[in-house]
Parts: sequence; C-alpha cells; structure tokens
Amino acid sequence: MLSIHDLTATAGETRILDGVDLDVPAGEVHVVMGPNGAGKSTLANVIAGRDGYEVTGTATLDGVDLLGLTPEERAVRGLFLAFQYPVEIPGVGNAAFLRTALNAHRAARGEPEVAAVDFLGLAREHMARLDIDPAFLSRAVNEGFSGGEKKRNEILQMSLLEPRLAVLDETDSGLDLDALRIVAAGIERLRTPERAMVVITHYPRLLDLVRPDRVHVLAAGRIVTSGGPELVATIEAEGFAPLVGSAVG
Amino acid sequence: MSEVIDELVVREYEFGFHSDIETERLRKGLDEDVVRAISARNDEPEWLLEWRLGALAHLRTMDEPRWSNVEFPPIDYQDMHYWAAPRPKGPAPASLDEVDPEIRATFDKLGIPLAEQERLSGVAVDAILDSVSVATTFKARLAEAGVVFCSFSEAVREHPDLVRRYLGSVVPPRDNFFAALNSAVFSDGSFCFVPAGVVCPMELSTYFRINAENTGQFERTLIIAEEGAKVSYLEGCTAPMRDENQLHAAVVELVALDDASIKYSTVQNWYPGDAEGRGGIYNFVTKRGRAGARAHISWTQVETGSAITWKYPSVILQGDDSVGEFYSVAVTTNRQQADTGTKMIHIGRNTSSTIISKGISAGRAQNTYRGLVKVLRSAEGARNHTQCDSLLIGSECGAHTFPYIEVKNDGAQVEHEASTSRVDEDQLFYCRQRGLSEEDATSMIVNGFCREVFDELPLEYAVEVQALMRLSLEGAVG
Repeated sequence: MLSIHDLTATAGETRILDGVDLDVPAGEVHVVMGPNGAGKSTLANVIAGRDGYEVTGTATLDGVDLLGLTPEERAVRGLFLAFQYPVEIPGVGNAAFLRTALNAHRAARGEPEVAAVDFLGLAREHMARLDIDPAFLSRAVNEGFSGGEKKRNEILQMSLLEPRLAVLDETDSGLDLDALRIVAAGIERLRTPERAMVVITHYPRLLDLVRPDRVHVLAAGRIVTSGGPELVATIEAEGFAPLVGSAVG
Repeated sequence: MSEVIDELVVREYEFGFHSDIETERLRKGLDEDVVRAISARNDEPEWLLEWRLGALAHLRTMDEPRWSNVEFPPIDYQDMHYWAAPRPKGPAPASLDEVDPEIRATFDKLGIPLAEQERLSGVAVDAILDSVSVATTFKARLAEAGVVFCSFSEAVREHPDLVRRYLGSVVPPRDNFFAALNSAVFSDGSFCFVPAGVVCPMELSTYFRINAENTGQFERTLIIAEEGAKVSYLEGCTAPMRDENQLHAAVVELVALDDASIKYSTVQNWYPGDAEGRGGIYNFVTKRGRAGARAHISWTQVETGSAITWKYPSVILQGDDSVGEFYSVAVTTNRQQADTGTKMIHIGRNTSSTIISKGISAGRAQNTYRGLVKVLRSAEGARNHTQCDSLLIGSECGAHTFPYIEVKNDGAQVEHEASTSRVDEDQLFYCRQRGLSEEDATSMIVNGFCREVFDELPLEYAVEVQALMRLSLEGAVG
C-alpha cells in the first residue's frame, strides 16, 4: 500500500525529514508519534503534496509514485489527509464542497456525478453513523466551527470519500473526551482490510480508543523506533527521551 | 504555487464573435446634425429633440472627468459613430417569428434564444443590438397586468407623457459629462412602467449587444414603479472582440414612488480587451434611483467585463423610511481597470442603506471601490452599513478603497468595514487535497467570497453568474 523510502524534505535551509522509511500494508493502522518539531506534520504534508518543500526519496501508493503527482491527483487516487488545522472557506457551503470533492473522486474513477438530492441522502447516512449534527451540511466549510466540529468534519469527509490511504495529522489534538470518542469511532469504523491509515499523534490517549497495528517514533526527521502497540505504554511511562536519545544525540 | 499564479494565460472571451448583419450607421462625429438625425430616425417629438440639443450645448461647456483611478488614452469623440442599427429587411417585425434570422442567431449564440425565452423561461427580454431594440418578448402578458415593457423609442411614441415626465428627473442631462453625452445621442434602450399597486408578474431583462465596429453604445433605461408597485429587472451585456476601444455611456434612471420596490441587477460582461490591454469596452455609466417614502431600491451588479468600468449606481433616499442597497462584485483580470461603487444620499428621516462590495483582482488589473455615504441634516435616524472586501490573486494586481462619508446629522449611524485578503494557499491546498483542481478550487473560493452578493441575484441567473465568474478567472491561476 504505502511505501516510503529514504524520504527527505527541506524547507529553505532546514532539513525537516532526513531519510524516512515507512511501509504501511493494506488493512493496517500505523501510529506515528514523536516530540514537537520531529517532522510529523511535514511528513503528512509531503505525502499529500503540499508546496514549499524540496523533496527527495520515494513515496508510492499501490506502486504509483506519489511525488510526481499534484495534490489533487494524489487525492483522487485515494490519498486523504485529515488536517491538523482544517481551513475555513467562507461562503462555500459544506454540502456543495463535499459534493464537489466526491464528484471529483468519482470523475477520476470514471463514475457519473452524484446529483444534489442523492448526495444529501448519502451525506445524512454518513453523518448519522458518525453521530454528526445534520446542520453541518448547511454551514460554510469549517466557518465558525469549534475545534471539535472541525475535526469531526474531517472524519465526515474521510468517511464520504472512502480513501485507500488516510493520513490523520493530529486529528485528536485539542479535543474533549466526547469529540475524541467520535473521532476514534470514525477511525475504527473506517478500518477495513482494503484501507490503510497513518495516525499522527502527539498524545497516547487516542490510543486507548484506537488500537494500532504498528507504532513508529519519529524524531529529528527519522523513524528511530518501530514496534507493536506495547510501544505506546513505554512512551507513556518514560516519554520520548530514551527512544530518541541517539537521534538527537 | 506563486509561480503558477504568475503564469498568466490569455483569458479567452467567449462572446467575442462578430455577426455579419447588414448595418446602417450615421457618419462619424458629434454635432447638431448627428443629434437631429438620431432624433429623426426615432420619429421623436420636438420637445425631445430640444432636450437632446440642450444636452449637447451643455456638453460643449464640460470637460471629460479624469478623477477616477483609471488610465486611458484621450478619446476622440469626433472619431466614432453615434448610431448604428441592423439594416431592416422590410417592415418592422410584428412578432418574433419575423425577426431577422441572423439577429436571432446572434442572440441564440449568446444563450439568449429569443423565441425559447418567450415560451419557456418566464423571463421577459428586450434585446438591443447596437443602437436599437430588436425584440421584446412577453409584451402581451405584461400588458394584461398593466405593465409596460418596451424599447425606449417605442415608449417615446406610445407613452410620451410618461417619458416626458420622468426622463432626466433622476439623472439630469447636466449631471456629468457622460450623462450629457448620453442625453444628446442616446439611441434606444429599455422602458418599464409598473402602475400603482401592481407587482410585475415576471422578471424583466434587457440584453445589450454591441456588434458594429467604431460605434459607441448610448442606451437609456428608465424604470418607473408607481406607489406600491414592485419590479425586478436584469440587464446583461456582451460585445465582439476588437482591437480598438469602444465607448459605452449609458444612463439608467429608476423612479420608485412611495412604497414601491425596484430591484435592478446587472451582469456586465462587455469585451474586456486582450491580455495586453488592447481593445475592450470603456464602460462609463451613470445609474441612479430616487426612492419615495418607504420605497426600496436595490442595485446588484456583477461586473466581469470591460477594459474600464467606471460606474456608481446610486440611490437618493428622498422619502422617509426609504431603503437603498448596493451589492457589487467586480472582477478585474489581465489589464482591466475598475473604479466602481455607489452613492447613498440620505435625505428623508429613518432612511437606511447597505453597501456590500466585493472586488476581485488578478493579473495586472486594478480594482477600486469608491463610495459616498452622504447624510443630510434632514435625515434624522439615518443608518448605513458599508462592507468592502477585496480579494487579490497573484502579486501584480491592486485593490484600492476610497470611502467618502459626509454626515450632517448627529443622530446618524454610519458603519464602514473593509478588508483585503489573498486567495489563501492553505485554502487552495485544502481544496486540492479533497480532489479539486487548482482552478476549481480558486473558483469555489472566489464564489464563496462573493456569496453575499450572489444571494441577491434573481434565482434564474445565479447559476449563470457562477459559470461566468469561473470563465472570467480562467487563466488567472494555473
């Protein structure tokens, strides 16, 4: 599924990613943890194709080279990024935005567009399952949304777009416990044998609710340790310092 | 990203074709003989000829204004035609079926199929090609309701008393240089009269098309809503692509008597010139409404075309409790220039006005909002809210805001908000990560920025306008 090899990213003079290797097979949920400034968000941005980085190395999704594609080409091939800070787009209705996004994905797959009426039915189904207020649809994209509402909107989009690979960039940050549960339930619900997920987080508490297959620790732009779910307990007990010592050394 | 934005592609103008319609024109130049000839062509009464000649005499004492924030080379007013018309192929058409097929084809191409418009969409259209009205649809049904909707020249013939009473009552011939010019040489235009207590049963619209070359278009629109009457009116405009600049100096007068309501919407898409600024329409227009007690006048404009747009649709809030509104989207790309806004003149007590202006600038375009809110001593309890937002796409364009506020009454409440922003990289990346192309994403963000104004447009045109916006910005990104 996702295969990253020797990935580097430089912004200006600063090397943020310094040779990342990461393989995430279909059906698995991998967690990437690490201290502030380790390059976690940069990893997500580079995978999704954000401007502003000089990138070397390889990143493929189902064997397709991602780095040569525009952000929208990556998106319609099944890459979804749940943003750490979802952007407000004033005046653009959430329903229209979601439908346009869905239709862009469908067009890329050679499927016909979803009509407005059918879309509303579909969106309501997803919202009911995710316990999201139907009023979301009639509001402008993220405009005036609380932090928790924005993150739930990301999960709703992920649910509707049914990506092959979902990268969640600190989707759990800034959430109260109720919102965290909704986000976690959304992740669990979308966990299927065909889909891979990379959950980037700073806090272990999400991992009480989402059980990862693998845990990676990113520090100073590299994966310094990988392990099973038990690694979370170690981090909780001892912090990142013992794990990243050699990397920041 | 930024280099993508900078890479400006020539914007294609969809309506740039020229129709091969046989055209009759008066010789070039502006003088008494030309004014007399125009008047004679329309079989006008003596008083109207005198009115025109008075305007011409006054025009000669005036200089072309140069205070706006736009640049253009001197205009040679003697080097253009002031009247052009499709040459009639026989007597005037009695019905749409008799309209010259080539003319009908022209309007079909523009998406204004006159015949279908009549049967299907329930919008009455007056189609104006160069200087004359070629067809007005739905006349009979409107007449049943007592509504008069016809070309201006027909109104002069059929309803001379109404025309004489109201012509120049809101925009006098001496108002400004271009109003005087228009008053002297206006050729045709639209006329609408809605009698007291009548709600006009359908949307009215006029479609203006410049076709002939080296010809100025000077149309005159007069809309009268008597006491308690209500009407919604929309004008659309296009022109062929030509290397020379063409002058369009129109005058629109709205008369809303007590308790009347007039909603006037404009979708202006005259040819904007090419990427280097060659050609395009100079759109120098005077639009003004006078509101009686409790009357309501609302201007909505979407300005995407013209090399230069210079207009300030205004409301004189004369009657107590009258309401004036101005909702504007002005898009400038390539070398386009716009200096547009409004004037709200508060005279009556408890008058209120709302101004919402959205300026979008891309390429090397300059976009200026210029607005006046004037509260006279008599306007006890007057209120105004103004919001001016500018959106920049790329780094070589400009946005300017010149608000003028003159308040003579201490009890007035005047609010002004302004913002300038860029199409945000974060917004673009967010949309693109959801699968939207850069162009779709930009168009969606820009449409969202204009939402408050688009919401004011008649429903029939909302979709069309979003498509037009998209077209206008094509090439501005990516």
